[in-house]
This record gives sequence, C-alpha cells and structure tokens, in this order.
Amino acid sequence: MTNNDKPKLSVKDFNLFYGKFQALRDVTIGIPENQITSIIGPSGCGKSTFLRSFNRMNDLIPSVHTSGKIELDNENIFETDVVELRQRVGMVFQRPNPFPKSIFENIAFGPRAHGVRDKLILSEIVEKSLRQSALWDEVKDQIHKSGLALSGGQQQRLCIARALAVEPEVILMDEPASALDPIATLKIEDLIQLLKVKYTIVIVTHNMQQAARASDFTLFFNMADDRAGYLVESGNTVDIFTNPKEHQTEQYISGRFG
Amino acid sequence: MINKLKINKLKEKLISRILFFCGVFSILITIGIIISLFSEAISFFLRPEVSIIKFFTGTNWRPLSSKVSSDNFGVLPLILGTMLIGIISAIISVPLGLGSAIFLSEYASEKTRDIIKPLIEILAGIPSVVYGYFALSFINPIIQTVFEDWFGLDVNFFNALSASMVLAIMIIPTVTSISEDAIRAVPGSLREGALSLGATKFEVITKVVLPAALSGIIAAFILAISRAVGETMAVTIAAGATPRMTFNPLNSVQTMTSFIVQVSFGDAPTGSVNGQSIFAVGATLFMITLLMNIASDFILNRYREEYE
Repeated sequence: MTNNDKPKLSVKDFNLFYGKFQALRDVTIGIPENQITSIIGPSGCGKSTFLRSFNRMNDLIPSVHTSGKIELDNENIFETDVVELRQRVGMVFQRPNPFPKSIFENIAFGPRAHGVRDKLILSEIVEKSLRQSALWDEVKDQIHKSGLALSGGQQQRLCIARALAVEPEVILMDEPASALDPIATLKIEDLIQLLKVKYTIVIVTHNMQQAARASDFTLFFNMADDRAGYLVESGNTVDIFTNPKEHQTEQYISGRFG
Repeated sequence: MINKLKINKLKEKLISRILFFCGVFSILITIGIIISLFSEAISFFLRPEVSIIKFFTGTNWRPLSSKVSSDNFGVLPLILGTMLIGIISAIISVPLGLGSAIFLSEYASEKTRDIIKPLIEILAGIPSVVYGYFALSFINPIIQTVFEDWFGLDVNFFNALSASMVLAIMIIPTVTSISEDAIRAVPGSLREGALSLGATKFEVITKVVLPAALSGIIAAFILAISRAVGETMAVTIAAGATPRMTFNPLNSVQTMTSFIVQVSFGDAPTGSVNGQSIFAVGATLFMITLLMNIASDFILNRYREEYE
C-alpha cells in the first residue's frame, strides 16, 4: 500500500473457478482510494477476470464460482445487492459499446434505471457527465444524434460519461484504449488522470508504457503452471517499473515474455 | 494425361450447368405461375359484366348468384375477412412468440433451449387440416361457452375467432424464430454495458435489447401476418364461407383463400366468370403478401446497419 489509509477495495484469499478450471488463486490485495491502480500481466493470466470480479460481472457466466472475499468499504460485495454494487462500481469496456440510441439517451440510461425521471435533472446530469469526460465541447450541438455516429475515441469517452452519470465511487476499465488510435488513447489517459480526484480507478492494460505513465499503483499477475492466475507482486508503479522485487516481473516489464 | 484434363474440365462444366439449371428452375416456375395467374385475372377484368373499380371498392361478394352483375363482384368483404383473421392471429401470436423468443434467448439455459426450441418448431410441422378440425372440435366449444353462455353474445358455429386462434398457434414458430434471431443478433457487449450501469436484467431486455432488435421484431410481425393471410386449409374449415363486411370475430366470414377453395371444389367451368374470379382474387392475395414480404425484407435490411 502506498499510504496508510484504509483501501477502497480489499481482496482477501480470493479464488475464482470456471467450472473445474481455476482462473485466479489466492489473491489478497488492497486497492487504494482515489488512485489509479493498473493491473498488468501476460494474456490469460486472469487480469480481466479479476477486474470483472469487482462488479460481479462474472455472475453472468453460470459456471463461475468463487471463494474468499472482496470488500468495498468493509462490505463484502458478494453479500450485497448486485444492482446497488454496480451503481457504486462502474465499468468501461475494451471496445466502446454505446447503445444504439442518442448521446443523451446513452447517458440518461443509468440515472433513469435508478429512478431519475425529471427531464431537467437528466439534462443536468448529461451535461455534467459529458464535461467530466471531456466530450461536451465536441458534442454539445448534437446531443440528440446517435452515439454510434461518433468516432471510436469519442464513443469510448461517451461510455466513460455514461459510467460517470450514475455517480460511482470506483471505475473499472478493461483495456479502455486498446481499440483506439494513439491520439485518442492519450486523450483517454489524460481524462483518467482528471478523474482520479473523485474516483478510485482500476485499469487493466496490455500496454506497459500506459501502465507506467498513467497509474500510481501496479499489480502484476502471472500464470502458474496449471494456468491459474496469481498476483506476483504489487506496489507503487515507479517501484515496480524501476526496481521490481521479483525476477518474473522484471522479465515481463522488460518485454521478455507476455 | 491430356484426356484426363479434358474429362475433368467437361465434368466441371456439366456440374455447373446442372446446378445453374436447379437455380433457374424455381425462377421459371415462379414466372410461370405469375403469368398464368395474371393472364386469367386480366381476362376476368376485361369481361363486360365485371368492373375493375367495383371489384376493388364494392362491398358485395356474390359471385355464385344467378344474376351476374358487376355489383356482385366487390372483393372487399374477402379482404376484410382475411385481414380480420390475419390481424387477430398476429395480435395473439406476436406476444406469445416474442415472449418465448425472449425466454429462449435471455433466460433459458442452453439445455432448456435445446429441449423447448424443437418442441415449438413441431407446431409448424402439424398439417393445417389438423389445425382446422382442432379449431372446430376443441377451440369452438370453448369460445361458445365463454361468449355465448357467459356473456350472452351470438356466436356462429364457424367463426373468425377460432380460425384466428389456430392460425396464431401455427405462426408462433415463425414469430419465435425470427424474433429470436433478431434478439440474439444484439451484441452481448450492449447487455454488459447496461448491466454494468446497475440495470436489472428486465430493464436490460426492455430498454436495450428489444429496442435494438425492434426492426427484426417488426419484420417477424409482418411475416406472421402474411403467413396467416396466405393460410388456406385451417381457415376454410374453421372460419366458414360467408363473405361479409364485419369486424366481429364471432361471425362467420370468408377469406380470400377459402373462397378460392370453395370455387375450386365446386364445378365452375374453366373460362366462366366464377372460374376466372378465383384468379382475380388469387392475384390480389399474391400482391398483398408480396408487398408484406417486401416490407419485412426492407425493415430487416435496415436494422442490420444499426449497430457497428
């Protein structure tokens, strides 16, 4: 841990199985509040699965079962209402996935689902979310046009705005820039820096430079011989990248495998 | 060596010729049907005792009456009877078919789906005569009990409602499979996106999945009506043979198809007014279903572009 504060999310002896196959083994870690935590590791090491555990997205797969605990502010997420959990823990996906609706309707979707009916309040939320995701100036005149008419990078920022609109505390990002060009990627990274003031951010990335540039705290996962993912080491991003404790971390960040 | 090459080439040519013929065959048949249908229909309209305007606007359909007059050849009662049955059966089958499509694609486990889907498809394989007698012997008594005994309404023994209900059962498989395709075509990433915002599964289905699949569902609706409109045997048996202008489904009506059956089974000589009238009705029906199929194709194609 980088500071002595209580972690926002704390994971204790967490195991995850797809049927008989163990995908994650004995993960114990705290995710610090209002910081950017990046999860890195080779393909298949379970980093996306781990990320999707925080908002229980893995519930969708019937064969998945877990053991251990994940706590959000001391509350075990597996014992809370999943709808409420997902309102507190938002998610941005690898490929932009705006709904085939207008920009306005895309962002209003979440608040509507949580009972906001007033048109005026909804427009305020839409504007605020678009400003926060640095998209407002680009789209303010076409807010009732389809979200699919935007460019890939704009679509991804729309998806971030959509996640912000339900006022989450944590935002999970699963390789949010991997489908984007370098300029759109930089815009997303800048945006993430702005967001950490208000939100706790966990980001899975394949891009080593991105993790080094854009995160405060880094978790390195690797695959064991039986293909189960496990946490190799964690620490301040600077330390992980300049002075890793484990040999395999060093090998991975210097590009020798993965 | 050279001989073998030549033979191979010849073989390839022959195979492609045969396959080409197979492809063209059905087109030729279609053209033949259209020609025979429309040539007879046109000679019907050219008869002095028939008026094409009165045919499409008249509200009397008495082709078998002894007095042959253009006043007795108004096709509207048949169109109305056909549409009444088509629309009621769509109103019954669309919610049921759509509901089962939603269940199969969103709720059922792979195993349940593998059992239920073939069972629904069996409905499409039952001969329509069987449906007709099922309407008379099973559905009709229920309709009579409910509407006559409980509500005191007049119910004809042959009525549009029982025909509509069996038709609805017949077209449920069509509605289910087309709307299920449309629902399954909605990318999983949209469902995940909505779920990740804290929407419940039901909200995801009603607010994201169904709107995204809407054009496919509308296409299913239109195709269902057009199948119902073209269905013959079950309606001939169950709906009766009384052409009339009515919106009351408890009345006996006559559809375009059952009129054609009625005349074909009688002894209308070829070339007579009656004999030719069925071609005029057939051509009208053909145009109606053709337009519906074109409409559903058009809608289906439009929705393919909607995401990605």
